[in-house]
Amino acid sequence: MADSTSQSRSRDLDKLLLRPGNLVGSTFEPGTQLREDIKEIVRVLVIGAGGLGCELLKDLAFSGFRNLEVIDMDRIEVTNLNRQFLFRLGDVGKPKAEVAAKRVMERVSGVDIKPHFCRIEDKPISFYNDFSIIVLGLDSVEARSYINSVACSFLEYDSDDNPREETIKPMVDGGTEGFKGHARIIMPGVTPCFECTIWLFPPQVKFPLCTLAETPRTAAHCIEYAHLIKWDEVHSGKTFDPDYPEHMQWVYSEAVKRAELFGIPGVTYSLTQGVVKNIIPAIASTNAIISAVCSLETLKIVSGCSKTLTNYLTYNGVEGLHTKVTEFVRDKDCIVCGPGVLIELEVSITLKKFIDLLEDHPKLLLTRVSVTYRGDNLYMQAPPVLEEMTRSNLDLPLFELMSKTPTDIVHVTGAAGKGDKKQSCSRKLRVVFKGVGVTDMDMAGGA
Amino acid sequence: MAEPKVKYDRQLRIWGEQGQAALEKASICLLNCGPTGSETLKNLVLGGVGSITVVDGSQVEVGDLGNNFMVDESSVGESKAKCACAFLQELNDAVKAKFIEDCPEQLIETNPSFFSQFTLVIATQLVEDSMVKLDRICREANIILIFARSYGLMGLVRISVKEHTVIESKPDHFLDDLRLNNPWPELRRFTETIDLNTTDAVVHKHTPYIIILVKIAEEWAHTHGGNLPSTREEKRRFKDLIKSKMITMDEENYKEAMEASYKVFSPRGIGPNLQKIIDDSCIEVDSNSSDFWVMVAALKEFIANEGGGETPLEGSIPDMASSTELYVNLQKTYQAKAEADFLVVEQRVRNLLEKIGRDPASISKANIKSFSKNARKLAVCRYRLVEDEFNSPVQPELQKYMTDEDYGTAGGLYILLRAADRFAVNYNKFPGQFDSEMDEDISRLKTTAVGLLNDLGCNSSALSEDLINEMCRYGASELHAVAAFVGGVASQEVIKLITRQFILMSGTFIFNGIDNKSQLLLL
Repeated sequence: MADSTSQSRSRDLDKLLLRPGNLVGSTFEPGTQLREDIKEIVRVLVIGAGGLGCELLKDLAFSGFRNLEVIDMDRIEVTNLNRQFLFRLGDVGKPKAEVAAKRVMERVSGVDIKPHFCRIEDKPISFYNDFSIIVLGLDSVEARSYINSVACSFLEYDSDDNPREETIKPMVDGGTEGFKGHARIIMPGVTPCFECTIWLFPPQVKFPLCTLAETPRTAAHCIEYAHLIKWDEVHSGKTFDPDYPEHMQWVYSEAVKRAELFGIPGVTYSLTQGVVKNIIPAIASTNAIISAVCSLETLKIVSGCSKTLTNYLTYNGVEGLHTKVTEFVRDKDCIVCGPGVLIELEVSITLKKFIDLLEDHPKLLLTRVSVTYRGDNLYMQAPPVLEEMTRSNLDLPLFELMSKTPTDIVHVTGAAGKGDKKQSCSRKLRVVFKGVGVTDMDMAGGA
Repeated sequence: MAEPKVKYDRQLRIWGEQGQAALEKASICLLNCGPTGSETLKNLVLGGVGSITVVDGSQVEVGDLGNNFMVDESSVGESKAKCACAFLQELNDAVKAKFIEDCPEQLIETNPSFFSQFTLVIATQLVEDSMVKLDRICREANIILIFARSYGLMGLVRISVKEHTVIESKPDHFLDDLRLNNPWPELRRFTETIDLNTTDAVVHKHTPYIIILVKIAEEWAHTHGGNLPSTREEKRRFKDLIKSKMITMDEENYKEAMEASYKVFSPRGIGPNLQKIIDDSCIEVDSNSSDFWVMVAALKEFIANEGGGETPLEGSIPDMASSTELYVNLQKTYQAKAEADFLVVEQRVRNLLEKIGRDPASISKANIKSFSKNARKLAVCRYRLVEDEFNSPVQPELQKYMTDEDYGTAGGLYILLRAADRFAVNYNKFPGQFDSEMDEDISRLKTTAVGLLNDLGCNSSALSEDLINEMCRYGASELHAVAAFVGGVASQEVIKLITRQFILMSGTFIFNGIDNKSQLLLL
């Protein structure tokens, strides 16, 4: 009863990729060519080699992808071992990306995984453009927002404000917390980007300092008092480091003292760590579930072998098991995935003046701005060599630097936001010079 | 901290040390270690279950290298159980791992007592006939059973246990047990010491909302013939009354009081879920009753007597704007009442135990305390025998699942998976297993599925041709990502079953990997 394919490694996947179906994507062309393209041509970037990342690398390797890369700045910790199944006790202290890549390659022959042990901001923007699809296994809103802004910066619109298909960089994003999680697909310009639905991730509520100082009521208040107020009072100038056990121990014992003083129960060392490090509980099963959805959706987006998720899945396993698919809609005025923020300029304006202008622009509020135009660095804040090389451009008119193009897209990176809430981002600007070339200046449609 | 405690830190924050201890005591049997089985067990080994026994009679084939992480190149031709067991052991050396090279179907037929040694059996990739047989064996021996199956882009997870009772269900959103609409004498006395009309602005803005609401509710009842607000208009006026007490508009405690005013309006007494539990026939306890039902019987007595229609008080309060002193004293008032209620419940439990001829001390104080504290959140889950579901599913439900827009695909997949198993009995292969017979298989599967629906007394017109086609396309393939999903769900439910925390999924879960509109079917 042996079939010709039963001796093939792709025995099971072939059923999905080689056979036609009726419930498939419009681009689906089943056959060995498709299987080979997934193997040879498609390049997938996995962001994060943690709870989701480990699962994603395994699942993607078994979904026919051969060219994978993974980026993660963290090293392995003991607390990872209850779910990050590619790591062993002996790996503690080693870079996650490197160990994860090695383990999957050892087990799944033929797959190539290139690890990057660095911050996502350390890679040039162009690095991200080399991938067919980006899969996010992250635990921070800031990192998601950054990758989203990078992927959306590649998006170009045609003259009718429709996204150019070849510039769409698809993303698949997963996230978990305890028994809960989400998976979504982002097709910039087509489905809502991370920023369009940023309200799904409300900012974390911090305790007011006056509560901590004057009216503590809970164990967490006592801990945050020791962590945020008492530490600085006692250790002038020394920064608190949550990874130093002595530091944590000190905060714990101060919190205990304060709790006793006020008659507040419940301060434990474990809670102290949880509050100070903002620990999110995490288990293997939820990571497996969410990563599986993300990997399957990645395969579907690339191959068209089935329908795709439209476009957001929430999962909750606390009470029974609930999954829900919601079709969110784009924010047409989104400054990240829209056609670009319209900036009207005089032809005489210098690059320096242009950069200053972005700082005060109400939609942008960008500081430490670097500017690129059609892949060329016009001005770079870092590294120092590049800064020096591009510094002389600052006094030149932007119009000249853009080869006197009357209107075009300029990419800028920098820090967005006010005060201490700044975060790295990439923005696309639609620069229009006044009084040249185009007479119809109504370029703002949809911007 | 010791290393194991650090290793499990992120999960201890979810199910605590008691939950972890239960996992470490559990002995788990896995039937078939293809990707679905391996992935299920992987998540459990990582979490630190006591022991695993992997049962599989097959050898590793080249095809397995493309979907199973627990085998590798060097394992081809070797026992799959042995290879998977060794790789699973690598994940956590605290787990005792062993394997048995035996075909699960054979074990089910010839050695039913084999399963009695385990806490729980995870049966993966079994076809209908073996499922039914194993289910009878495990039900008889009172062994917890969970089925998991991956098939192309679909999957199925089904728990089977006669009864599973939960004390610590840890629901996400549950109304705080504050008794604002029904304060007990000590709470009332405590609030009497506070004057909301104080002119001291600092005291005024540090009065916790519990006190504000109890006092204002009392004031309202006084002027409304003893009733609390019930109509929308009354509720609005109640909020206005709260607002009128504010000295300045930025008093956090009063803002919180307005937001929490619905807690005053909520009905007194117990909710429908708990009512159903205390009305269950199991509360007629005898010496064979479980601890849970003995405690429920005691709880019912408490509610009818000392509780005055209410459960024992939970005893905790949420954080709220307040002076430290008032908050701490308020907390103590709630804790004292909870402790007093618990002592009454405990006495009733001990009396009942004596009455049914059991040692009155046979249920620990800690258990009764936890029960008393969680009385409002108790949960009871029961599952039909798989055989009963298969032979006589709840008909209106099945009909709904077949035609409803939201359920349609999942309902169709459920029927087609069962039809595929019937198909396999008749044709000795699964539909679409071989490329050359696709067209015949599609029409044969359709005939089989229509026959099945007719047997179940269900209209077959809603069965989608596209879905039949899709099932044949899958050809019984076991895709890794689908297996990872199904295994993830199965392992999650195993953890709930063993820790006796959280609420189990009810019914049969159908994973729909086509558009992710998965469903729980209550059949």
